[in-house]
Amino acid sequence: MNAMTPITRPDEWATDQEVRWCPGCGDYAILKAVQRTMPDLGTARENTVFVSGIGCSSRFPYYMETYGFHTIHGRAPAVATGIKLANPELDVWIVTGDGDGLSIGGNHMLHLLRRNLDVQLLLFNNEIYGLTKGQYSPTSRTGTRSPTTPFGSVERPLAPCAFAMGAGARFVARTIDTAQKNMPEVLKRAHAHKGTSFVEIFQNCIVYNADVFAAFTEKKNAADNQLWCVHGQPLLFAGGAKGLRLNHETVELEVVDIAVGDTTEVLIHDETNRVQAQFLIDMPFGPFPMALGVLYCDPATSFEVAVESQRNRVVGDKVADFNALLRKGQSWEIKAKELRAV
Amino acid sequence: MATAFNDVFETQNNQPAEAEAVVVRFAGDSGDGMQLTGGQFTLSSALSGNDFATFPDFPAEIRAPQGTTFGVSAFQINFGSVDIETAGDEPDVLVAMNPAALRTNIQSLKKGGLAIIDTGEFGARNLAKAGYAVNPLTDDSLAQWQILAFDISAQTLAAVKPFGLGNKEALRCKNMWTLGLALWMFDRDRAPLIAWLQSKFSKNPVLAQANAAALNAGHAYGETAEIGGPLKQYHVDAAVAEPGYYRTVTGGESLALGLVAGAKLAGLEMFFGSYPITPASPILHNLARLKEFGVTTFQAEDEIAAICSAIGASYAGQLGVTSSSGPGIALKGEALGLAIITELPLVIVNSQRGGPSTGLPTKTEQSDLYQAVYGRNGDAPLIVLATRAPSDCFDVAIEACRLATQFMTPVMVLTDGYIANAAEPWRVPDRAEFHAFPVDFDAEPDADGRVLPYARDPQTLRRKWIKPGTPGMMHRIGGIEKAIDTGHINYEPANHQAMTDIRKAKIDGVANFIPPQAPEIGNSKGRLAVVGWGSTYGAIRKAVQRARAKGLDVSHIHIRHIWPLPANLGELLRGYDKVLVPEMNTGQLKTVLRDQYLIDARPLNKVSGHPFKIAEIEAAIDGMLG
Repeated sequence: MNAMTPITRPDEWATDQEVRWCPGCGDYAILKAVQRTMPDLGTARENTVFVSGIGCSSRFPYYMETYGFHTIHGRAPAVATGIKLANPELDVWIVTGDGDGLSIGGNHMLHLLRRNLDVQLLLFNNEIYGLTKGQYSPTSRTGTRSPTTPFGSVERPLAPCAFAMGAGARFVARTIDTAQKNMPEVLKRAHAHKGTSFVEIFQNCIVYNADVFAAFTEKKNAADNQLWCVHGQPLLFAGGAKGLRLNHETVELEVVDIAVGDTTEVLIHDETNRVQAQFLIDMPFGPFPMALGVLYCDPATSFEVAVESQRNRVVGDKVADFNALLRKGQSWEIKAKELRAV
Repeated sequence: MATAFNDVFETQNNQPAEAEAVVVRFAGDSGDGMQLTGGQFTLSSALSGNDFATFPDFPAEIRAPQGTTFGVSAFQINFGSVDIETAGDEPDVLVAMNPAALRTNIQSLKKGGLAIIDTGEFGARNLAKAGYAVNPLTDDSLAQWQILAFDISAQTLAAVKPFGLGNKEALRCKNMWTLGLALWMFDRDRAPLIAWLQSKFSKNPVLAQANAAALNAGHAYGETAEIGGPLKQYHVDAAVAEPGYYRTVTGGESLALGLVAGAKLAGLEMFFGSYPITPASPILHNLARLKEFGVTTFQAEDEIAAICSAIGASYAGQLGVTSSSGPGIALKGEALGLAIITELPLVIVNSQRGGPSTGLPTKTEQSDLYQAVYGRNGDAPLIVLATRAPSDCFDVAIEACRLATQFMTPVMVLTDGYIANAAEPWRVPDRAEFHAFPVDFDAEPDADGRVLPYARDPQTLRRKWIKPGTPGMMHRIGGIEKAIDTGHINYEPANHQAMTDIRKAKIDGVANFIPPQAPEIGNSKGRLAVVGWGSTYGAIRKAVQRARAKGLDVSHIHIRHIWPLPANLGELLRGYDKVLVPEMNTGQLKTVLRDQYLIDARPLNKVSGHPFKIAEIEAAIDGMLG
């Protein structure tokens, strides 16, 4: 941010507060990755604000040696909007979950993305309500058994990244709690992007929804089922043995086996291509791998910049004359025993 | 109120008769431009030096079906050479532009008062829409009033004929024709109105000319039709007013200006997060234009986002303000609790309307006092202030900003739909008249090097206000109970007890930093105190004045600081034999007073969507002292 920002170590971004997540919770790994990333961003701790709502993930600010605001359920984007508009110099991070961000706070999420406020939004998706003890969430898969759905949920789940795209997000990325190598890179990209950076993090709730992402997160499944998208590179996975191509007749993606080294048919990842990003987000897991990394990045003017530039344009060289403001409109002066219109 | 209209003498020597105060109501279809007519007549009253009060009364529907009773829009003005405190109990003159307007308004016209009626709109269809089986102009149902019924529509069409407008456009000039007649009736100068028309229609000079022609024609009609009919010309002298600079101001305008002033006096930029709702929106409209005064307005996606964004702005070091009406305030309830527990300054304006639920969006009521004082989960005290008139909104808004920043607390301002839309003359203060209350942000750890955001000023119990961006002062706050000094999460029993006690003591203690309560009128001991709050001010004041003129021992006490109440209020009220509390609700302040002081406060309640009449309060006073 500026040349004076002191160089920090990851431990200087940690508070002295005891971390209160369940042992083995994926949140620990995310906290560690964030604390490891912060020194590399070149920002000062005092200019950083973590804002959260309610839920397990929302305890996050208490563990970051920055400014922090643990707000109310679902409303972190709204509070963050006030913070960023009041002081655009602050580096604002929102930490939320699938319940906080997409259920009770879905409306604020929608409008945050639409307005494109310059913040990083980390959505910890564990497909379950943790803090209220295991009820199904808006991202839970159909059939999820929980205290409120003892016979399995009958609702269809929401796809967070598809929601973000629909809301007009200009940066959409996806990563995994345990992806300690990749997550810092995704976080750095999110931080560098001016506008709302939407980052979905698959997070393992060890108590209420353990291993729900194991099909692509477990070590033995990772290579065959994770597709890390890199801008300008072919969309390859399974150690380069498979790739994605576009079937021009059906206008659908399909998986191709790569004949030795020949990737001519494979799609090149273009993170600025909205349609392609939508394809990567929408492809069903199972027949397809899970697309990870920066899926879409196409910057546009951020909200606080638009607000500020309009203010500068409108205010111009206007002087804030309060006395004149009070006397605006239909006014008249009464002098002793005299009345005249002005 | 002394509406002397009916007591005036016959016109002599073609000189206008003198009247002290007159109440005029313009009523017509929503599309007839009655609010505009009333607004311009108000300007004319202001320029004539009259004191005045207005009451715009319009339907919730933007364009209700033409000719229906629920589509009637009315504007009442009381103007005079004497002090005017209310928009008047009963009109002396009613202008009814169609049968529906006549039907819905005639009963409030003073007996013997004058109704001016446009017969051009009294066709069978409109009569039926208004629910008249028989044309009331043809039977004797209007016998108790003076009726001047003629074809205003035809008069208008004739007047604007030279300008070649279509029939519909031409008829739109009816309101200006009527305004012209009213200007003649009250001996007013037309020039400022013509100038206003020229500026309003500067892009369409033909419309400007047509409207001016209609205005002139209405005026000329008065001059020629005077002889022999009920139409008379009256002159209302300028009111005696303190010398100074004046403007007309509505509550919405005045509140916006007061918030700007309050933020300036605190040395802060203002952030106004709001979601449109009737009748609160004018405050947002007014502030959205004032960017050069350090005001950021944000039209949020909903009421909750509106208050949360304001809380975020306060956290970041600006003065966060949000505004709504009852239903929206209900939605903000949880966030209010967050502002209370995080002890951030915040001003919340509630422009009250009839409730519950959507209730009466465009009608006034005072039924959100319980909501303001008590309406949150947990023990969640905050400061509540009430405005009593459009111009008073300015001072109350400044007071709200002062208390919010000096005590680090949310402050709720209760105004209402009547105040928001009503206009009155306001002697504009000078910037130099204000006392600043600058905010100090905390930027240094304490003597032991600790960052303690919840350390307090021993007098006010205000906590520290630390802006993000301040080096070495990083800390976390939130909605979970805070440790008494660090603000860290703390669930311990003794800590919650202590924090709850402190939050209560802080707000209770505000009573020591506000002016003691004094009667507006009357003695500080006696037989009866009439205790009011909010927009009942004018009606109570006039009723108490009248009662005192009759020799009754009655005082008027009007409370601005609803919570906490002024420190001396209990003692003051105990000095009266009886206490009467008129309110536009079912008795909310009455309950609070009984609870706080164990006094036998008696209610006088009205929830019709219309303000109290002076006579209603006067009758209650008579009843208490009879």
